Amino acid sequence: MIRLEQLTKVFQTDHGSVTAVDHVSLEVPEGDICVLLGPSGCGKTTTMKMVNRLIAPTSGKIYINDKDTDEYDPVELRRNIGYAIQQIGLFPNMTVEENITIVPDLLGWDKKRCRERARELLNMVAMEPDQFLRRYPSELSGGQQQRIGVVRALAADAPVMLMDEPFGAIDPINREVIQDEFLRMQEQLRKTIMFVSHDIDEAVKMGNGIAIFRGGSLEQYAAPDELLAYPVNDFIADFVGGDRTLKRLRLAHIEDAMSIETRTVGLDDSLDKARDLLESTGVEAVVVLDGQRHPRGYVDRRVAIQGEGTAGENLLPLAFTVKRRDDLRTAVSQMFAHDTRWVAVLDDHGRYAGFVTQASITELLGTGSRRPATA
Amino acid sequence: MDIVQFFFHNLDHIGFLTLQHLSIVVVAVGLAILTGVPIGIAITQSRAVADKVLYVASMIMTIPSIALFGIMIPILSTVGEGIGYLPAVIAVLLYSQLPIIRNTYTAITNVDPALREAAVGMGMTAWQRLRRVEIPIAVPVIMAGVRTAVVLNIGVTAIAAYIGAGGLGELISRGISQTDPRQLVTGAVAVSVLAIIADYALLWLQKRLTPRGLHVREGT
Repeated sequence: MIRLEQLTKVFQTDHGSVTAVDHVSLEVPEGDICVLLGPSGCGKTTTMKMVNRLIAPTSGKIYINDKDTDEYDPVELRRNIGYAIQQIGLFPNMTVEENITIVPDLLGWDKKRCRERARELLNMVAMEPDQFLRRYPSELSGGQQQRIGVVRALAADAPVMLMDEPFGAIDPINREVIQDEFLRMQEQLRKTIMFVSHDIDEAVKMGNGIAIFRGGSLEQYAAPDELLAYPVNDFIADFVGGDRTLKRLRLAHIEDAMSIETRTVGLDDSLDKARDLLESTGVEAVVVLDGQRHPRGYVDRRVAIQGEGTAGENLLPLAFTVKRRDDLRTAVSQMFAHDTRWVAVLDDHGRYAGFVTQASITELLGTGSRRPATA
Repeated sequence: MDIVQFFFHNLDHIGFLTLQHLSIVVVAVGLAILTGVPIGIAITQSRAVADKVLYVASMIMTIPSIALFGIMIPILSTVGEGIGYLPAVIAVLLYSQLPIIRNTYTAITNVDPALREAAVGMGMTAWQRLRRVEIPIAVPVIMAGVRTAVVLNIGVTAIAAYIGAGGLGELISRGISQTDPRQLVTGAVAVSVLAIIADYALLWLQKRLTPRGLHVREGT
């Protein structure tokens, strides 16, 4: 856990004093990623650098796991905080192994333990240790360097990490890949991370909490969905973008907007049964399942009224289906692409789980369109 | 033909003078590395101090060597060493300061700030940062300064023959006073060849001392 209390930094310049960080208080819970977000010069990086005392605070306190960081020697403190920077900063005169094991080495781990740790970390980012341990940074691609920069920060297994735009020096496609990779690692590692970014999309993707800064002040600190749904002022609303509702689609899962519908018909059921079901539920269509509950198609009102025989003989094909754990963006995008108002949802085993309609998605997002009473 | 004959007849003597010449340069530049590199590192702490130190070192370079030897005669006479080996070594030591201090200073200040930030942020002390990161990265540039110093001072040492320090300059000075072109040309050519060989030898050493990771970058 990282806790900032009334943290303030005033820089003395030739033009007088400048308040870079102004009485910022926030808490990053154990195992969470807190993204410090804002335009350049907003104080986010200064705030982060005060945590490992690369910059000395003017006033205020920083606690890591309830211990005041003033009680540590700065060098000692930094060795116990993972640190990754935008420019990566791999040492060109050292091999990949030496770069990764810098902090373990400073902490006095023996050679064998260092090497094992380096191997373990390379495996974590899918880089073959035998191939990469002896290489130099200049022999790696940009993406590989970035990965080494991140695992180097993890090397001593510090519970707390500071990451200053750690995926900034890389092209957008590779960035997505490394972000996903890091999130998968974080699921296991549960580090407490302070993460500086200027990119709202990255913040929404990486953060459990997002802290938006402006002019040295913390403007809003909230979970991504809350921030997108209830920006507290126009600056935040502007900063997160006019498409903030669409961004929320990425955060929500299909199951959040799904109606669980158990009333379905089998292949051998008559169209009459389908028609009764359509009339009693008022839905647009009824899904036709086979014996294993795999959807085979659907029957709509027109077919149910005009057709004859069983549902299986009259079914219309499902153009596409989605999975419960997919994000809502996928569903909406598919619905627009196929011009449909609803889509069948499958569970992990491909069995029918329910459906999502455009109306149910709108309703889910609508819960965020009014501001909470406290704002 | 005379010159070639002279060269082969006096091979032993020329060899002796070459070693004498080298011993002045090697000892003096060796001492200059021991003083210049720490000074070059120390002045990275303050721009103002760095400017002054580099200014003084440049001033020393502008003193003609013959004048420097002249100045040292009365000073070093007080310890009975007014002429000979000691003033030659001191002169070379002084002339070597500028290239070595300047290259060290430049190399250290040019280390990528991101590397320094990463090093500090990961918990290296100032000394660890210097020893593990900054000096290894600065080695090629520092070595280039040493090369400049050596080549420059092989020339300066030739003049030290006039204060009785020996070396290949002896052939040149005698060639002039005895109007003997054989000695004169042999001495001049020997000094030049020595400078060229020393330069290549140090270039080889520079490459050997450069961390492998830095080579790779140059190669690609």
